[in-house]
Amino acid sequence: MRCAIVGSGNIGTDLMVKLMRAPGLELGAVVGIDPDSEGLRTAREAGLETSHEGADWLLAHADDFDVVFEATSAWVMRRNAPRYEEAGLRVVDLTPAKLGPLVVPPVNGHEHRGAQNVNLITCGGQATVPMVAAVNAVCPVPYAEIVSSVSSRSAGPGTRQNIDEFTKTTSDALVTVGGAARGKAIMVLNPADPPILMRNTVFCALPDGYDEAAVTASVTEMVARVAEYVPGYRLKNEPVFEREHYRAPGGDVGARVVILLEVEGAGDWFPPYAGNLDIMTASAVRVGTAMAEHRAGAPA
Amino acid sequence: MTDTAVTPEAPEAPERAFRLTDSTLRDGSHAVYHQFTADHVRSVVGALDRAGVPVIEVSHGDGLGGSSFNYGFSHTPDTDLVRIAVETAQRARIACLFVPGIGVKDDLRQVADIGAKVARIATHCTEADIAEQHVALAKELGMEAVGFLMMSHMIPPAELVEQAKRMESYGADCVYVVDSAGAMTMDGFKARVGAVKAAVDVQVGVHAHNNLSLAVANSLAALGEGADQIDGCTTGLGAGAGNCPTEVLVATCDRSGIETGVDTFTMMDAAQDVVRPIHPQMGVIDRDGLTLGYAGVYGSFLLHARRASERYGVDVRDILVELGRRGMVGGQEDMIIDVALQLKREGAVAR
Repeated sequence: MRCAIVGSGNIGTDLMVKLMRAPGLELGAVVGIDPDSEGLRTAREAGLETSHEGADWLLAHADDFDVVFEATSAWVMRRNAPRYEEAGLRVVDLTPAKLGPLVVPPVNGHEHRGAQNVNLITCGGQATVPMVAAVNAVCPVPYAEIVSSVSSRSAGPGTRQNIDEFTKTTSDALVTVGGAARGKAIMVLNPADPPILMRNTVFCALPDGYDEAAVTASVTEMVARVAEYVPGYRLKNEPVFEREHYRAPGGDVGARVVILLEVEGAGDWFPPYAGNLDIMTASAVRVGTAMAEHRAGAPA
Repeated sequence: MTDTAVTPEAPEAPERAFRLTDSTLRDGSHAVYHQFTADHVRSVVGALDRAGVPVIEVSHGDGLGGSSFNYGFSHTPDTDLVRIAVETAQRARIACLFVPGIGVKDDLRQVADIGAKVARIATHCTEADIAEQHVALAKELGMEAVGFLMMSHMIPPAELVEQAKRMESYGADCVYVVDSAGAMTMDGFKARVGAVKAAVDVQVGVHAHNNLSLAVANSLAALGEGADQIDGCTTGLGAGAGNCPTEVLVATCDRSGIETGVDTFTMMDAAQDVVRPIHPQMGVIDRDGLTLGYAGVYGSFLLHARRASERYGVDVRDILVELGRRGMVGGQEDMIIDVALQLKREGAVAR
């Protein structure tokens, strides 16, 4: 499948490194808007075709590509989306624009392999939705909450100006993909030096009658599935069950499970502390690969 | 009592030396596990308003939208508490705290609709740029916007100045130097307030905590450097060992000839009769509170750390010191559980 990346910032460049080694995905071009950007220079040095004319260039060459990986911003994606569709291009959207179905590979990746446009939520969503889905697989989750902490250095201007979109899109995904009845997402930037690894904490309200062993087993199994494509994704501790009366949205509960996660990046473009970038681009490659296999008629 | 019927024009009040914001019903929320009720808000706002406190902050301790597993669920929704505050206050303006990443813009729109007049947009001291859209929204909504730079002790004055200038550039009417950890001494406050005051054209405010028993002294030191706004909490009711106690600040200013616009005895009565009963022990600087100031740890971690200490059988001070060592910032309450579990794995025991 012939691919192009639109957006030559941190995410786009990290994705480039991953796509260049992904079987079944043939990266043809990296498109940005600044000819002097580090991302476009890196792409040129890697022997890829580049353009600084943004989506316009890509649309003029639409016949040469099957799928676009959009790594711009929610605002730019909203502007580009109808033009991609008209040009017959499929889109893997790494912005929080939330136009197509929200996808988390191990949870619902198989459901949208044929969609024209899929959205990858946020880095926090990619890291936490699998855990909510894992708990929800063995007991109903009336309320899920996540806290995502990333190092300040790994949060570019797009993330900073879109912090509301981040929290809202992630909250939605906890419900629509994770299966919780209600969701809340919190994001924290931490400037510590040396930079902190990306951390995510998932809290799920647990109704009476939950089975601790079943929750732990389901969570552990899901961590392994995410770690297949994000090797640095891991639990910091076994899930802990805290029994207390909580006045959670959607009704009082007598317990919660706390899942403490760490995401160490593969260090492809950004250093390993930026697990937030790594999980996003690794998920994008995973989704792209599934699309290519589906297109080729390979078994799921 | 002045009879307004025979003196239709009240005599001109003496000019205030600074504007006081009482944050009992926001920072104090931490100290009561976010369990403020409608009755608390009615009685506290009523008492502070009678005393002449010009601005009263009402919100979950972690700002609008803070009700959560991570920070504690509110007893009563913020919107209900803010509505009661607005209805109760005759003179005071009602303020709300908002932390980008925790609250969302709709939370601000709701309280603006209800009648809150001041939006205090809080970020960690190095991250002002995540406040840009929220400061702008507050201004659009016709609110006064404050840029609230938390944990200001963590960066030197020159770096704080850069962040304060960003807040100013987004449209903030005032920039606050916030000592969330109660870790600064008078020299620290003077250097930061002086530097920020010299660099921005908007007002400068200070928010002090009392973990090192310096909150009143720090506030007065900041006033000496030109601070325009000062925060207090009645009886100190707030995170950690508490805040700058409003009634003590007012009485001290009164004795020093500094005009606050607040009546000293009415304020003392508000503290003793209305706020003190909510949390009788407030104001004690115990080992844990002192540890926050000593280790430079975010004040609202305290009660969460105590809970984790009991649950996992590890020492509170060990938890707090490790949080400080890791450089955890406001909002990372989840890391308290992480640290407690780590200490437990390492075999640390509760003292």
